[in-house]
Amino acid sequence: MSETKALESMIGEEYKYGFNTDVEYEDFPKGINEDVVRLISEKKDEPEWMTEFRLKAYRAWTEMEEPSWFNATYEKPKFDKLQYYSAPKNKPKLNSLDEVDPNIRETYEKLGIPLEEQKMLAGVAVDAVFDSVSIFTTFKEKLAEAGVIFCSISEAVREHPELVKKYMGSVVPVRDNFYAALNSAVFSDGSFCYVPKDTICPMELSTYFRINNMNSGQFERTLIIAEENSHVSYLEGCTAPMYDEHQLHAAVVELIAMDNAEIKYSTIQNWYSGDEDGRGGIYNFVTKRGACRGKNSKISWTQLETGSAVTLKYPSVILQGDNSVGEFYSVAVTNKRQQADTGTKMIHLGKNTKSTIISKGISAGNSDNSYRGQVKISKKADNARNYSQCDSMLIGQTCGAHTFPYIESANPTGKVEHEATTSRVGEEQIFYLQQRGLSEDDAISLIVNGFCKEVLKELPMEFAVEANKLLGIKLEGSVG
Amino acid sequence: MLEIKDLHVEVEGEGIEILKGVNLTVNKGEIHAIMGPNGSGKSTLAKIVAGHPEYEVSKGDIMYNGESILEMDPDERAHAGVFLAFQYPVEVPGVTNNTLLRESYNTIAASRGREELDPLEFDDYLRDKLELVDMNPDFLERSVNAGFSGGEKKRNEIFQMAVLEPTLSLLDETDSGLDIDALRIVADGINKLHGEDDAVVLITHYQRLLNYIVPDHVHVMIGGKIVKSGGKELAIELEEKGYDWLETHATVNGEAK
Ligand SMILES: Nc1ncnc2c1ncn2[C@@H]1O[C@H](COP(=O)(O)OP(=O)(O)OP(=O)(O)O)[C@@H](O)[C@H]1O
Ligand SMILES: [Mg+2]
Repeated sequence: MSETKALESMIGEEYKYGFNTDVEYEDFPKGINEDVVRLISEKKDEPEWMTEFRLKAYRAWTEMEEPSWFNATYEKPKFDKLQYYSAPKNKPKLNSLDEVDPNIRETYEKLGIPLEEQKMLAGVAVDAVFDSVSIFTTFKEKLAEAGVIFCSISEAVREHPELVKKYMGSVVPVRDNFYAALNSAVFSDGSFCYVPKDTICPMELSTYFRINNMNSGQFERTLIIAEENSHVSYLEGCTAPMYDEHQLHAAVVELIAMDNAEIKYSTIQNWYSGDEDGRGGIYNFVTKRGACRGKNSKISWTQLETGSAVTLKYPSVILQGDNSVGEFYSVAVTNKRQQADTGTKMIHLGKNTKSTIISKGISAGNSDNSYRGQVKISKKADNARNYSQCDSMLIGQTCGAHTFPYIESANPTGKVEHEATTSRVGEEQIFYLQQRGLSEDDAISLIVNGFCKEVLKELPMEFAVEANKLLGIKLEGSVG
Repeated sequence: MLEIKDLHVEVEGEGIEILKGVNLTVNKGEIHAIMGPNGSGKSTLAKIVAGHPEYEVSKGDIMYNGESILEMDPDERAHAGVFLAFQYPVEVPGVTNNTLLRESYNTIAASRGREELDPLEFDDYLRDKLELVDMNPDFLERSVNAGFSGGEKKRNEIFQMAVLEPTLSLLDETDSGLDIDALRIVADGINKLHGEDDAVVLITHYQRLLNYIVPDHVHVMIGGKIVKSGGKELAIELEEKGYDWLETHATVNGEAK
């Protein structure tokens, strides 16, 4: 329980310890209109076609309504009060880890984050050898050798316009939904990855991210293209708690897999989730979609969602190529006043396409956790198969769990299996483990990790241990 | 080692009294058997000694190694050497026996200032313990009790006891559900684990178990009280006569107080 307090207080003390940036001196107008969109594009030195893309999206957005079909209530963002562009940030530097809030350090240590990385996360000046710029360079060289393009979206717009032009908006069209349209109009930055034909990306694109992607901004845009016979694994986010002065996060992620290509996309999301009453937490409204364009292609989403006040997120796969495979592995944890409505869509268009959905929802405190999934089998998708398993676990008496599976099949050869369970972490289970010497928090942590095992094993190895610990920390003191 | 004094226990928050003045002293090196009809409070007694939060002590005390343990959490009691083999072992899906045991072992070791074992050392340690209860190593990689047969669960409890080496073992109907061979094997295991420095309390319905594990004392619990204590012959007498003759005794006693 004291750890919950520790987390609370570290959140409360963000100013003191430099999690906030210095006041931005750059005077960028608040609110949004065509001029603002143009100005963003101009600030980023974008070519005309990019500006047009943004304007088209903006115009579409003005005609759209903010959605409200999901299972969450929150105060709507005030779109005319938001600031849609912020200059690259400079984190205030501390001289040593001793200057970092001890509570934060305790959390880092519990998560087992290496010392040098702790420094980077906390904004402490680091040794030259471990400087993020030099790591960045090494990574880049290694990737370039393999022919993999990996850079920021802004850089890609400048250096690889033909690729960006061809693929951006091809999976998530600008008018796809309210938040995707807004993102398309004002996206700040994000990453671009292009893996050429017959190439196996020589490393997990996770190590890089953990260090360099700390300031992604509120409207992040990601585009990953895997050409024929290629393979790439990408991880965004990190287990350490993240803060941001922007309350609204509306990212768009597009994945494209050609013949025999495979993309594995993993997320660990631990944004600030607000205080006991849910005040101040991040709204995480993300559109993530992958297109299995090629035959035998595969896209796999794995997510561990633990943060944010409100999460609305449905990473989906369009199974276009014959024999293509879509997977969705998800753990969503909600505690206190958090609300999560998350799930996936598997759209089967090609023949013999296969999708697997494993969703584990854990709710504690006064939180609300919903799984919402859609499996659609189109007329031409002969022999399409889906297996869905949605399990909910409740901790305590004041939380909620809901499952909304939607199944639509227009092809009689399709096979859809859906299983769902709800269980409660019982006093008896906790007592049993305590009788074997475990503390109450460790007991809960063990039970929850057992419950999520199938999903956690899909995460890149180096994150699995941290992920385990993160779950424990998130649920500390949630019983009794 | 264990001294229970005039113990009254209620269901937490409901005022239903289950134990109505239990007195019991267990010394180092001893084996005690508690028998008694269904619903008489035997499991409740074992659970309250282990610190189950569902029950509340309204009167009396539980002393362990000379100190009251009423204020201790269940895990602290486990660290102090109290072990409960459950009448109904609990399933923990997704957590392997191996994982749980290593966590338990190391947590308890740490709390006693003993050295923790790394996975390889622990593996060796487990091999011997598996043999003791003749358990198939495959069970190590299975989720704790999930899908185990009734007898397998019971054997698994004694396996855990073997691994954790407690000083006070409360075995709640460990014999129920074990087949004839398993009963012998498990009983042998318990006998081997038991020594001069620890004590065992067996809760059982069947005299048969006591042929294998010979108790120093036998107690009969009826209506939340120990109404009669004796040597191992008492168990044989119960087997012949049932509990009726004692039940009258119990109510008379109850009214007299
Ligand atoms: N949480 C509870 N709420 C209400 N009654 C309870 C509760 N726990 C136990 N009891 C009651 O207390 C009595 C004693 O139960 P206990 O499990 O200790 O019996 P037992 O002697 O172990 O029986 P058995 O031989 O059948 O295992 C029973 O009548 C039982 O129904
Ligand atoms: Mg019982």
